Amino acid sequence: MNGFQALYRRELAAYFSTPLAYLFLIIFLVLSGAFGFWLGGFYERNQADLSPFFMFHPWLYLMLVPAVSMRLWAEERHSGSIELLLTLPISTATAVLAKFFAAWTFIGLALALTFPTWLTVNYLGHPDNGAILASYLGSFILAGSYLAIGSALSANTRSQVIAFISSVTVCLLLLLAGQPLVLDACRAWLPNPLVDAISAISLLSHFQAIQRGVLDLRDLIYFALTIGTWLWATTVVIDHQQAD
Amino acid sequence: MIEANALTKRFGDTVAVSGLSFTVSPGEILGFLGPNGAGKSTTLRMIAGFTKASSGHASIGGHDVASAPLAARRQLGYLPEGAPAWPEMTPHGFLQCLARIRGLSPALARSRLHYTIERLQLDSVLHQRIDTLSKGFKRRVGLAQALLHDPPVLILDEPTDGLDPNQKHEVRSLIKEIAADKTILISTHLLDDVRLLCTRALIIHQGQLVTDATPQSLAARSRFHQAVTLQLHADLLEEDLELIIQLIHAVPGVKDIDIQTPSQTQGYQITAFPAQGQEIYAAIRELASQADWPTQDVRLELGRLDDVFRQITGNSQGQP
Repeated sequence: MNGFQALYRRELAAYFSTPLAYLFLIIFLVLSGAFGFWLGGFYERNQADLSPFFMFHPWLYLMLVPAVSMRLWAEERHSGSIELLLTLPISTATAVLAKFFAAWTFIGLALALTFPTWLTVNYLGHPDNGAILASYLGSFILAGSYLAIGSALSANTRSQVIAFISSVTVCLLLLLAGQPLVLDACRAWLPNPLVDAISAISLLSHFQAIQRGVLDLRDLIYFALTIGTWLWATTVVIDHQQAD
Repeated sequence: MIEANALTKRFGDTVAVSGLSFTVSPGEILGFLGPNGAGKSTTLRMIAGFTKASSGHASIGGHDVASAPLAARRQLGYLPEGAPAWPEMTPHGFLQCLARIRGLSPALARSRLHYTIERLQLDSVLHQRIDTLSKGFKRRVGLAQALLHDPPVLILDEPTDGLDPNQKHEVRSLIKEIAADKTILISTHLLDDVRLLCTRALIIHQGQLVTDATPQSLAARSRFHQAVTLQLHADLLEEDLELIIQLIHAVPGVKDIDIQTPSQTQGYQITAFPAQGQEIYAAIRELASQADWPTQDVRLELGRLDDVFRQITGNSQGQP
């Protein structure tokens, strides 16, 4: 536990030791505001809710979360500090979890800083704050899923650029898995049960379910499984590389 | 206690380390020598548990590094090749973080931090980012990290690399000072490290153990062992030099003579090599003082490690 806590603190502090963290926070806040208010038609809709704001989060995260996760392991491998980290008396799983939770905390902080949006909508009308809370939770969990994917792909390379590009690609595929674009293409050459399975692993449909304000246990389990699987994959990749 | 048992590492088709077995006991400082690419770092990585061995076992303090990695690592202080650290941290923050990860109590952490910072002279850079430090400081931060928790076993990959002569001296005395009850394995390509620091030396060549000996017995294999070197004034006349050489040749037991002609300031250097097992120092010394040669120095050679190293590892240095 000592090891987890100390590494978690170190990792979180590492985000703020470069201008990147502040740059990220500013870009995230500006873009999430701009998408929600202008593209989403927040005012024109004349409804006191934040769905136009949350609607764009899957797309916003698609670029921004891999930018956070790309450094998780690729940087350690590039600088050689991974050799130090993995010879400390902590398990690979502890290291993977500490790094993941530090990154997730950082994104959670970015998300929390959008609270003026919530204040605005409460000032303008009487929104369903339960639904907004559920949306925040869904958005946070979605970001965690992207991060877990990015963590595994970052462990696979020493180049942060490769980690970023591969993470964006995989996240995009999983995001779109439930969309006609992907499903129609699959239906032509895959049996139906497999197409249904692909549609079921779509990040977007599960996110949209939560965003409607319905916290279904199945959606939560889906996200927990996604995060767990990709973090497990991260430890497998790291342990495997030590055998090479 | 470090034990390596038939350690082998293959990368694809190339065998980097092949069937390496050795033991290091408490109180020993074992020097791990070999040309670049001989498999030194790979071996240290396998023992430290960073790289998994293709076959064979390693254990630290009786804990197998593959099946009980955490117990083994708790016993270990490890300086990896190139002394990597988290570059955006300061030495102070870095050491403090490692003390926490290793679970040192706050009081113990304070005293150990104080000790390592003082002994490795880090106080002047304590609050600078590690990536802005010079190579010597980075190396010392890496050493501080390895010594921080006062581990019973130390594995140091080139601990004196990149240090200036004073710092090398400091680090060697520090390692010697703590060595009494510790098991220490260092890899180095500096033969001075072996001569001045190690109690035993292993030489590996192309992934295989070729020599396991004390530095003294290693030096005794040198053709310079028991040789006598005379340093003569540069303004010596040619005839006198020839006479001196003849006289030395006549000394019983002298087998061979090497002459190095002077650069202007240093003078002539004559080295007389004894036949196997012969003692020639006393006789030559006697001769020199009786005949009143213009000698600056007459000294007995103990053997040269670099000579032995070249002999053992051949001319294939630098090959992968």
